[in-house]
Amino acid sequence: MAETATFLGYRRKNGSVATRNYVAIIPVDDLSNTAVEGVAKLIQGTIALPHPYGRLQFGDDLDLHFRTMIGTGANPNVAAAVVIGIEPNWTKIITDGIAKTGKPVVGLSIERYGDIETIARAAKIAKEFVQEASEAQREVIPVRDAVFSMKCGESDTTSGLASNPALGVAVDWLIEQGATVMFGETSEITGAEHIIARRMATPELREKYMRVHNAYQQFIKDTGFDLLGSQPTQGNIRGGLSTIEEKALGNIQKTGTKPVIGVLEPAEAPGDEHGLYFMDTSSAAAEAVTLWAAAGSVFHFFTTGQGNIVGNPIIPVMKISANPLTVRTMSEHIDVDLTGLLTRELTLPQAGEKINAMMLRIASGRRAAAEVLGHREFVLTKLYRSA
Amino acid sequence: MAHGFLIHFQPDDVGVAVRDLSKGEQVEGVYMDNDSSITITLVSDVPLGHKVALRDMPEGHMCVEYGEIIGRITQPVKQGEHVHTHNIKSARWA
Repeated sequence: MAETATFLGYRRKNGSVATRNYVAIIPVDDLSNTAVEGVAKLIQGTIALPHPYGRLQFGDDLDLHFRTMIGTGANPNVAAAVVIGIEPNWTKIITDGIAKTGKPVVGLSIERYGDIETIARAAKIAKEFVQEASEAQREVIPVRDAVFSMKCGESDTTSGLASNPALGVAVDWLIEQGATVMFGETSEITGAEHIIARRMATPELREKYMRVHNAYQQFIKDTGFDLLGSQPTQGNIRGGLSTIEEKALGNIQKTGTKPVIGVLEPAEAPGDEHGLYFMDTSSAAAEAVTLWAAAGSVFHFFTTGQGNIVGNPIIPVMKISANPLTVRTMSEHIDVDLTGLLTRELTLPQAGEKINAMMLRIASGRRAAAEVLGHREFVLTKLYRSA
Repeated sequence: MAHGFLIHFQPDDVGVAVRDLSKGEQVEGVYMDNDSSITITLVSDVPLGHKVALRDMPEGHMCVEYGEIIGRITQPVKQGEHVHTHNIKSARWA
């Protein structure tokens, strides 16, 4: 067991730990985006999270919408939140959900007030929240208390050869530290699902994972199409990946070697037990990162081959690449350069250490490239069309 | 660096180019599992990140990388040839 690693983070009232300290202005629905953005323009230090949904959703899709919006507001990186919806009922559901964390949250609805009065009321509340949040101090926090997530994107063969196995080393270390780490990308594990299934900690989990995997395969089948035109992506193919199996085998290198102790629904928070979790997610970067942030991840590891540039509004997304062409031509997007793995000037254990050394700096406040470049992709997963 | 491609495991049928490789070039590849090496002559250009065949493979051969099947070979492949979507297809969604 390695020495306890720490970073400088924020500890919230409910014990959760954060790497960032935002006041979020959260719309319940598409109609409330204008008011939310109005508040964020008036009050410096707030962050608006506009999105295109939240009306006439029903069933599992509506549940996922609520879970994602509540989870986003509940994320430890959000110090306080103002929720704005067109009407009071769904606004209250999201506001009450966030309030369970004990953080300051107020919900406002637009009907019977209009945008202008709603913005004025919300802005006054947001102003107090920002001033209060700005007094939070970073303190020494053990890595084991933090929740992480990981994904690869615009992958190529250098991902499977270098950046993903290096992240696997880093993730094994995090799990040994006692941290919680989530991975997912249901579709992208096609061809390597037998390996992930073997890593499940119990037979029940193995069954649950295979149910999620098979349900997804059935969903594709039921559409009458296949994924051959989308998986691998055109970027993957340009980078040298030829089949979904090859992509999957490269993908899972980043999950390391530890047992998987839970299989989560999209945006479902991990349980109290720390360790490695699988979440049923899309393989589209912004959608998946949004789901993990809603599940409580406060830091995201992102390996890329051809150069995926995704970010997230509330959690830092750290880019790792071993592709020399990408690192040279897209240097402003890359936080960790692992090209030395291809030239064999860097060993995998050294590369894993390099990843975690930068993780500790970014978790402690250094801005990730995606944050500085303004990448704030907040993309909700929609299960089916609205009523 | 002396090597031009890397190979994950001994049973693999393909290696991955770590720089742009040219037809006719004699190139060394290194096995990442035990640091042993292999030298082959390229019979086609293979760009950085793309796969090179380590041995001849007949049509229908299940191609191995990472010690696992990554797809089915769709036309005969020679040692030193570029292996990509023109001569390998998914065995899953085919």
